[in-house]
Amino acid sequence: MQKHTSTLGEVPVYEDFSLCTHCGLCLNHCPTYRLWQLEADSPRGRIRQMLLVEEGELPIADGFVRHIDRCLDCRSCETACPSAVNYGKLVEHARARIENEYRRPWMARVMRNFVYRRLLPYPERIAMAARLLRFYQASGLQVLARASGILRMLRLAEREQLLPRIDRRFFFDQVGKTFPAKGPRRARVAFFAGCVANVTFTALNEATIRVLTANGCEVTVPDGQFCCGALAAHAGVRDSARELARRNLAAFTSGEFDAVVTNAAGCGSTLKEYHHLFRHEEPEFAGALTLAEKSRDVTEFLAGLGISAQLREVTARVTYQDSCHLLHGQKIREAPRQLLRAIPGVELVELPYAEICCGSAGVYNVTETRASMELLAEKMRHAQSTRAQIIATANPGCLLQLRAGAELRKTNQEVLHVVEMLDRALSGSAAT
Amino acid sequence: MDPALIHELKALLGPANVLSTREDLMLYEFDGSVEKGRPDVVVFPHTTEDVARIVKLANRFAVPIVGRGAGTGLSGGALARGGGVMLVFARMNRILELDLENCRAVVQPGVVNLEITRAVEHAGLYFAPDPSSQKSCTIGGNVAENSGGPHTLASGLTTNHVTALELVLPDAEIVRVGNRHGDSTGYDLCGLLVGSEGTLALVTEITVKLTRKAELVKTLLAVFDAVGDASRTVAEITARGITPAACEMLDGWTLAVIENYLRAGFPRDSAAVLLLEVEGLREAAESQAAAIDEICRANHAREVRTARDAQDRDLLWKGRKNALGAMGRLAPSNYVLDGVIPRSKLPEALERIHEIGTSAGFRIGNIFHAGDGNLHPIILFDPRDKEQFARAIATAEQIIRMCVSLGGSLTGEHGVGMEKNELMTLLFSDADFDLMRRIHDAFNPDSSLNPGKIFPVSKGCGEIRVGRHSKTAETRA
Repeated sequence: MQKHTSTLGEVPVYEDFSLCTHCGLCLNHCPTYRLWQLEADSPRGRIRQMLLVEEGELPIADGFVRHIDRCLDCRSCETACPSAVNYGKLVEHARARIENEYRRPWMARVMRNFVYRRLLPYPERIAMAARLLRFYQASGLQVLARASGILRMLRLAEREQLLPRIDRRFFFDQVGKTFPAKGPRRARVAFFAGCVANVTFTALNEATIRVLTANGCEVTVPDGQFCCGALAAHAGVRDSARELARRNLAAFTSGEFDAVVTNAAGCGSTLKEYHHLFRHEEPEFAGALTLAEKSRDVTEFLAGLGISAQLREVTARVTYQDSCHLLHGQKIREAPRQLLRAIPGVELVELPYAEICCGSAGVYNVTETRASMELLAEKMRHAQSTRAQIIATANPGCLLQLRAGAELRKTNQEVLHVVEMLDRALSGSAAT
Repeated sequence: MDPALIHELKALLGPANVLSTREDLMLYEFDGSVEKGRPDVVVFPHTTEDVARIVKLANRFAVPIVGRGAGTGLSGGALARGGGVMLVFARMNRILELDLENCRAVVQPGVVNLEITRAVEHAGLYFAPDPSSQKSCTIGGNVAENSGGPHTLASGLTTNHVTALELVLPDAEIVRVGNRHGDSTGYDLCGLLVGSEGTLALVTEITVKLTRKAELVKTLLAVFDAVGDASRTVAEITARGITPAACEMLDGWTLAVIENYLRAGFPRDSAAVLLLEVEGLREAAESQAAAIDEICRANHAREVRTARDAQDRDLLWKGRKNALGAMGRLAPSNYVLDGVIPRSKLPEALERIHEIGTSAGFRIGNIFHAGDGNLHPIILFDPRDKEQFARAIATAEQIIRMCVSLGGSLTGEHGVGMEKNELMTLLFSDADFDLMRRIHDAFNPDSSLNPGKIFPVSKGCGEIRVGRHSKTAETRA
């Protein structure tokens, strides 16, 4: 009997594809299949297309690229799969091949190159772009643009709605600092601050540090950290992802930490799979594996450590939307729910189809806006059915998307990270 | 395929509901089975009228039609064996009516099995048929194949939960059979249609029964050192008048494979395990669970675990539900068989399967619905090795023949499809076929609907079957 030999981290081989027995159990778990009911936009159909491409039966042409582009890489299919197909790795490989072998329209080429190779890897450029955007939002230009109808003319109205609000202060200022534990020290952790989160989620990052320190953690925000490379890896821009991983290895393996903690499920699942970016024989592999093993989502870490801080009452009906890369990428379902239930006054109600993606999916809401908006509409419909005042989730991308959803559909629901809920309970205040 | 037909289909349904390029059609040539068959065009109807119009068009161009739901079938029932139009019901996926008071739901065929339960569980109801693919398979497919699942033993097959159907006949006429609240007036056409594998009509609307959830469910896992002990346990449970909701058996080797994959704490050195479930009113379920526990121990069970809560129950079921996946990791492909034997012949059947496997050079895993003698042996093979592929197919046939020779049947729940149509001669005489053929022709005289299924298409099977499959092996490799 031939044994299965996978070579993840390298180019997938026949055995990686053939794990898929085309049983179809993934279909109804795939957000895009649920939208369109097309085999070509289902995990089973995409795997078949990838295999046909590998075998030279299908060209890397418009059709293939469209179906692979439309995949959210939410990895919901991995949770449904009885054969443990490593779909995320397969789709990233397909995207890497598309990146190398397919010529996109020039505008897409320019944009992709700019975002993945020229913007995300450079914190100072992220800050610069953020300042420009902040000027647009604060100067009245945004109001003008929205009122003038120019956005509609340029077909940018929906995307513009999704723009994150740029913070007045950037979290970049906190990088390099160490925050002492409140009370006896229970753990030493390194905080992974993300990339865009530095300019749009300063409050979330600060709340994360407050919650960690209040629960006895000494928190260091190591200098020299960069974007984790998730967006680049998911887009198939592997060279950029590998370069970013190298820099983060240098930043995070120098200190003595019990864990590397992140509040971004997308970053977390990438950090936990850093060793997949390198081949066994490459010098980076060992360090990547160490960092991967030390990486923890903040909800996972806190639930494991146990909440020691006094939590005051936060009276609210709350529902929880699973972040795909927490639930499907990292298989963490209970930790965030457990933390929410630990807050006195919180009534946690399950969100129907919480395990289905909200449509955020990294940059998906920008690249595949229409599909993203359809998924969001469905999500908000379910969120409204729970009659929850607060929608909690565990990833900045989901926060942005759900906030846009709550605003677009005027649901009057507040959207918060689980950690922000805990932070609120530290000071004790009612829902707004 | 006549481009004029594709053109007219697009005009009828809109281009978004018609697929006709080679790269799209390649994705509809397979399902969950090892069979293949590529359609010439794929269409997505939204209404019963769409279906009728498509049928009319196809008839005008004299091309065959096959219906498909989610393509999770295991006998090739929804494959376009003779090419033609594939009618995919996935976009007819609305729940049309919920009548909770009378425990009925009216649904379109593309509704996913589990979605029915999700829509009614708030009222303490569920849809009972639970094929292992229930998270994705559609109710239309369940009706076509008369699907069962682990809980078939107590709750029956799909046919026991369908009361009325709307059909489009092969001549495009729309008719209704059965009655929402069930009656026995006239011929039971609803019963005839359920399990007819899409060879009599296209089902466009289904009325199903909803079942009230039991007050208490008790799940037990019993580990045995001898297969005989496990099957005696099953016999004794039944003899005592206990009908478990589920009674599943896994052989020791399969359990070890599962444990290597899941690390859920199952023993690696057992001969067999039984997964038993009883449900009902609290007192009844508890006393039945206690009786089962006692019977297991009296039959030398090494260990009997009872689930304490829902989470515990999920853990016990996890092994069963992940069995295929765990086995799948040992080889590039696997072939799940479906055969039925008399419950009393379990130890003998297991031994024969082991012998057949050994002489063919395969290690065969066994999962079965022990309560009703429905076996699912799993053959692991590499489809790139054409000789091995052919040998796997031949071994499967040997096992199915063995089931029949023990007094059993060809299929318990996967259907005949194009997987076992040649083997039908093992069970039925020419006179039997003649009757079935006359029923078939009353509905589908030109065989325009799902041709090449259920009925044998060639007489001498052996070489032809292997020949066909090794051609399949070529295209797969």
